[in-house]
Order: sequence, then C-alpha cells, then structure tokens
Amino acid sequence: MAQPKNFGYDADAAALKSQAEKFFNDRLPVDQLHALVAHDSTPEREPVVDWKPEIWTEMVELGWSILTVPEDKGGLGLPLVAVAGLIEAQGKAACPSPLLETLNVGLVLSHCDQADAGFEAILEGKSVALAFADQHGSYEPSTTQVKADGDVLSGTAYFVQEAGKVDALLVAAQSGQGINWYWVDKSAAGVAVQQDAIIDLTRDQATVSFDQVSGLKLGSDACAAFAAAQPAIAALLAADVAGAGEWLLQTTVEYVSVRKQFDRPLGFFQGVKHPLVNVMLAIDETKSLAYNAACAYDCDEPNTPKAGHLAKASAADTADFSASRAVQMHGGIGFTWECYVHLYFKRQMHSKALYGDAMWHRAKLADIVFGPAAA
Amino acid sequence: MSDGARVDTPEQAAFREHCRSWLVANHPGEPPVRLPQSAIEIMNSDQMDFLQTWQKSAYDAGLIGCDYPEFCGGGGHTGFQRIANDEMIRAKTPILPNVIGLGMAAPTILNHASDELKAELLPRLLSGEDIWCQGFSEPGAGSDLAGVQTFAEPTGDGKWLINGHKVWTSLAHFASWMIILVRTDKSHKYDGLSYFVVPIKSALGKGVTVRPLIKMTGELGFNEVLFDNLVVDDRMRLDELGKGWQVAMTTLLFERGAGNLDTPRAGGMTSKASFTTSVGAVAKLAKETMRGGKSVSEDPVMRDKIMQELVKEEGFIQTQRRARVPELTDHPMRIPLQGKLQVSEMHQRTANLAMEVGGAKGSLYLGDEAALEGGQWTLGYMNSFGFTIAAGTSEVQRNILGERVLGLPKSK
Ligand SMILES: Cc1cc2nc3c(=O)[nH]c(=O)nc-3n(C[C@H](O)[C@H](O)[C@H](O)COP(=O)(O)OP(=O)(O)OC[C@H]3O[C@@H](n4cnc5c(N)ncnc54)[C@H](O)[C@@H]3O)c2cc1C
Repeated sequence: MAQPKNFGYDADAAALKSQAEKFFNDRLPVDQLHALVAHDSTPEREPVVDWKPEIWTEMVELGWSILTVPEDKGGLGLPLVAVAGLIEAQGKAACPSPLLETLNVGLVLSHCDQADAGFEAILEGKSVALAFADQHGSYEPSTTQVKADGDVLSGTAYFVQEAGKVDALLVAAQSGQGINWYWVDKSAAGVAVQQDAIIDLTRDQATVSFDQVSGLKLGSDACAAFAAAQPAIAALLAADVAGAGEWLLQTTVEYVSVRKQFDRPLGFFQGVKHPLVNVMLAIDETKSLAYNAACAYDCDEPNTPKAGHLAKASAADTADFSASRAVQMHGGIGFTWECYVHLYFKRQMHSKALYGDAMWHRAKLADIVFGPAAA
Repeated sequence: MSDGARVDTPEQAAFREHCRSWLVANHPGEPPVRLPQSAIEIMNSDQMDFLQTWQKSAYDAGLIGCDYPEFCGGGGHTGFQRIANDEMIRAKTPILPNVIGLGMAAPTILNHASDELKAELLPRLLSGEDIWCQGFSEPGAGSDLAGVQTFAEPTGDGKWLINGHKVWTSLAHFASWMIILVRTDKSHKYDGLSYFVVPIKSALGKGVTVRPLIKMTGELGFNEVLFDNLVVDDRMRLDELGKGWQVAMTTLLFERGAGNLDTPRAGGMTSKASFTTSVGAVAKLAKETMRGGKSVSEDPVMRDKIMQELVKEEGFIQTQRRARVPELTDHPMRIPLQGKLQVSEMHQRTANLAMEVGGAKGSLYLGDEAALEGGQWTLGYMNSFGFTIAAGTSEVQRNILGERVLGLPKSK
C-alpha cells in the first residue's frame, strides 16, 4: 500500500487548516452568517444569492482557489489531504463561497487533455462551477442535456452549484465526437442563469441554459475525466459534511449542558446523551473516510474509486443524522428560524444528495466488491 | 490497527525481523483441539495446555512483555510490543490465553504495586505460566462497580480476611491469581474500596471456591468465585488503603484498550483457520450462498446492507489510523475511548448479517455439518454479546464518551 500512515497530513496541511478556521471565525461568525443569508424567512421567497464577494476575494488572494491546479500548471503542489482540511474548516463555518466548486473544476481539469486555458483562468482568480447534471439530478456527464455543434453550445444544465457566484462554467456537452468539457464565461451571450429555490441558505444552485453559446473545448471524454476526479470531489464534500457535523455536535452539546429540565441539564439524560455520542461516532467515521479518500487520491490510485464511494456514502448518512439530532435535541427553540441550527441542518440536507446520495455510492461500492449487479 | 504513523527505528526493524523469522520457524501449526474464538471462552485443559505452551514459547522468544522492565521479566524496550503484535497477527498464530493477566492485571501491577511484588508476579504472568482472572463484578455490582460488597477485614497482625461473592469471573477455573476489588470501609462508597491480588488455585478449598457458569452458547469460560475467610497478606494490597477505585480505573482504562502501553496480542488462528469476523468474510459468504437460483450477492437489498457495514468497518479502521495523527484529532481520548464500543458492536452486527446472508442455514450450530463456517458465525453472534456486556456495557461506554469526551453531565 502506497499510502503514508499519517494520510500525508503534514505540518503545512495543519497550518492551512488552522489559518482557515481563524479566517472563517473572523470574517463570518455564525451570527453574521445568519444575518447575511437568513434575512427572508418566507417559504416562497424568490431565490437570491447571499454571500460576501469581498471574503471570496480574500480567499483567492490567500491562494485557496488554485489548490487543485497541478503544480506543473502553476499550482502550489499541496496534496488533496491538505485541501480537505481547508474544506472541513469551510464546512464548519458554513461560509457561502464558490471555493468547493472551483476546486472541483480544478480536479476535473487535471484529467483533461487540453485544459491549460482553464487553469490559467483559475490562476487569474476566476471562480468556476461544473455544469453537467441532467434534469433528474444525475451527477454524471453521460446524460448531459447540453449539445455542442462545433464549439457552439445549446441546451440546459441542471443542479449547477454556486452558479450565482461563479465567473465561468465548465460544461459537459454532447458533440458528434462524444461528450466533451467546454469552458464558458457566465457573461457570454446566450447564457441564462435561473436560480433554483433550494433550502440551503449557505449555497446557491441554478438551472443554466445555453442558447448558441460559444465555448472553449478543454477536454474530450468528459465521463472519464469526471470519473477520475469524482473520488476527490467526494473526499472534499465529505470533509465539508464532517466540519458542518462537528459544528452541529458542539453547538448541541453546549445547549444541552446549559438548558435545564427536571432540575438537571438535558445532557444528563441518556435519551439525549447517547444519541449525541452516536453523532460523534458518525462524524469520526466520515472524517476518517474523507482523509482516507483524499490520501488515496494523492498516492494510491488503484484504491481511489472505492475510497471515494466509502467517503460519500458515509458522509450522506452523517449529514442526515447530525442534522436531525441537533434540531431534535434543541427542542422547540431548535425548530425556530432564529436558532442558527437550521442553517447547518439545511446545508447538510443539501450535501446529502449532492454528487450522489448514500444508496448510489453504496451501489457503486457493491459493483467494486461483487462485480456489477446483473441486470 | 496497531500500525500508526510511526516508522520503525533500526532496533525496531531488527526486532521485527527477529519476530518474523522466529514465527516462521516456531508457529505451532494446526491445533489438536477445537479452539475457542477468544481466550475468555477457553473451556477445557486440552485447549488451555495448547495455548499456554504457545504463550510460553512466544514469551521465551521475547515476543511478549517486550515493553516491560527487565526486573519484571520483560524485555526492557519501548515500542516493541506493537511490532510483535503486528507480526503475530500477520502470522495467524493462536490467541494468548492469559488475556486478563496481560491486558489488565499486568499494567495495573506495573502502575500500583511495590517493586518486590512486580518482580514476584510479573514474570510468570507474562510467560502465561500463571493465569490471572479479574474479580470485580458481583451479583449486586455490575455496571455500578463501586457497589461491591465483598469485604476485607483486618486481622490485626498484618493480614486480611476476605469474604464475599464474585461472579462472571472469566478464566477463574484456570487461574492462579486474581486481581480483586473489595470493600474495606462500609461508610464510603468509592473511598471505601481497596485493591488486592489474591491467590486462587493454591487457595482452593482453603477459603476459595470456584464454580463454573455455563454461557448461553453452551461454552464454559466464566465462573462464580466464593470467598470464605480467605487469609491474605497485607503486602498483596496495591496502592493505599481506600484507593481501590483509582487502581480499578487503571485496570478499566487498559481493559477498554485506552491505556498507554500496548497489550500483547496475537491471534488469527482458530480451529477453522480461515475464519475471522469481517465484512470481507460476509461478502465471500454472500457470493457463495444461493437463494432462488441466484447468488445472494446479486440481491440489491443484500448488496446495500453489506455495503452499509463495509462503510462502518472501513470507517473504524481509518479512525484508528487517524488516532495516531495528532493534527487530525481534537480531544486526545475521543478515539481511544471509542474502540471497545465500536469493535464489539461491529462484530455483533457483522455476525448477525452473516447469519442473515446464510438464511435458513444461519441457525445451524456447531454440531451440524451444514452450518455456516462450521457454526462459527452463529457462535460468534452469540459470543458478541459477551463483549457488548463485559468490560463496561455499550450503554456504559456511551455514558463515558458523553461525559469524558463531550463533557456532558454525569448520569451516575
Ligand atoms: C462474557 C463475560 C465475561 C465477563 N468477565 C468478567 C470478569 O472476568 N471479571 C469481572 O469482574 N466481570 C466480568 N464480567 C461481568 C461484566 O463486567 C458485567 O456483566 C458488566 O459490567 C455488566 O454488569 P451486569 O451484568 O451486572 O449488568 P447490569 O449492570 O445489571 O446492566 C444490565 C443492563 O442495564 C444497563 N445499564 C446498567 N447501568 C446503566 C446506566 N447507568 N445507564 C444505562 N444503562 C445501564 C446495562 O448496559 C445493561 O444493558 C463478564 C461478563 C461477561 C458477559
């Protein structure tokens, strides 16, 4: 096994993570986050993109958006485990930003044959999102509903993450010669972004349509490039879930240590205590599997697909469990809009299905362990 | 997972080489008898003789007690035991029979006994010549261990008179010695406890009676131990009078695998050499098991169930790996205190899943030739409850994690 025992998580990685934790605490503490994204409680509200572009500008200046650009293309050469630490910190802060998507695009481009222009744009500080899912929410380029005629794109991409925040899109489109990746500036003529009304207030998502938009082809065989990047995307998303889960756990632990009923702090009661311990075990599982998947991606290629599926299968369940227990253990206050817990509850609900839910990842795992299921 | 982030030093690398070559030459081979799944299920002297001979030879070769001081019969090294453990498990050796001695009594004695007592007791403990047992639980004191009523009364001439009733005492039927928690003061629950080492085998019929209890599996392995005016010398007391609870905490810390010294560990071989409780083994069983003309491994529901368990197993393995990377852990006890709970519940779910995969065959037992893996899964599932109950039940473990790691108020 080529994996280092410490996941390759070195002092630089630890420094990046603590820098990120400090940064998010400082720039967007949870009360300010709530004021920023939860100003309109109307269930039927028009979707809006609430975020602080100035925080993103600082993140770009810190070099975080280029962390998945390969070193020989001008990147910093940090391993994915270090990036996972950064994303865990961002998940814990639930900070709205196009960081994860931009990093995901960097990962996909790393498996493309003519991606230089994309890397250059990311190095210049551009943010970018993947546009490839179909209307049924299949996060696989194989069913893309965008078509390419030469370099001219038409059609619609669904469930595009952070589309309201990014400068550009990496679009999977079906051409005469298979499915390719194309770079499209969001401001290009013919691009229309229609925000989805998602429950997660800390992210945005959109349906993006392309009407005769000229794109720049960056990679052929989009499916292969995505498949190669997918375990890394799963690792990062799992790290986000572990971070958000830890916020939910610690916040709930604080609450049940202070709130008294029947003359005792709630945490005294095992009906409260034991589920919180179970949440801790779930978070630890997801966190460990996230770093394992990142480490596999860094240096253990044969085990990477399996490690990626393990990470997201675990993360999807942990997202659900950590969120549900936090609301439940807060009681009535936890059910209110003013309590911050719902921000993380909704972020976890979104993360749960994003890039494949637990069942889907377990089905892929079973294909690896048992061979593909007979039709 | 005993291998962490550490890399062998040159001395450790040489020791690893020694372990490997010694094990190649000295592996005892197929056992002459059906071996139990763990040492606390050793039933008869055929099994015990075979396992004691193995422990002694591994001890003589320097593979057991490597990190104990030389005057205690140990090797005087640091970081060697984990290497010997890796290699013994890799070589699929028999288990070590003196588990309670190695895992609980030895570290407690090392931390709390006089040097004289250490030198007297530890060499034969490490070699396995003296089997040890643990006399903590009583009919009225299980999870609430500090409720023990077995009483030690001073005789006035530097001796103690012990009377009482211990129960579920694993290995007492083979034990020469017992670590025992007794009450020396009835007016204080915790501060009224003291901790002794007492002879068992040599005191049979002279104040000590051992009565085997039959487990739900039909196996033997634990016992009732009755004390009727057993006379014990005061020098057999560990630490101060009234400090028994603190000494017992050392024992429990090691019992739950959260101590700071690697416990000698071997294993991998049972009477069915291929059998281990793992999701991989369940997956193999699913492939081989047919239902409705199709392999169980083609059933989408069973595929999903087995993968759920694989995620948990791999998550546990990776969490153990992460425990060794301080930068990736917050609270130092957060992962170590999970180990016992996670392993015991994982084995329970895994064995249960194997029985489900096996379908009708899942309920065939050791005496049936058609049983799954000779009935080992069924036996394993039942025995798994021993582990979710003993050494602090799963419920108690969750209390400990909630209180010590999350800082929630004590439910005591
Ligand atoms: C295979 C096996 C080997 C053993 N070997 C030894 C040995 O060598 N030496 C020895 O001293 N003992 C031994 N024991 C005994 C073991 O330590 C006790 O069985 C255990 O501590 C539980 O105590 P109990 O059986 O009295 O159960 P109880 O304490 O009566 O518990 C019964 C149930 O109530 C639950 N419960 C109890 N208290 C609480 C609480 N505060 N919160 C929530 N739930 C609670 C328990 O979790 C359990 O489910 C062994 C037991 C087994 C099964």
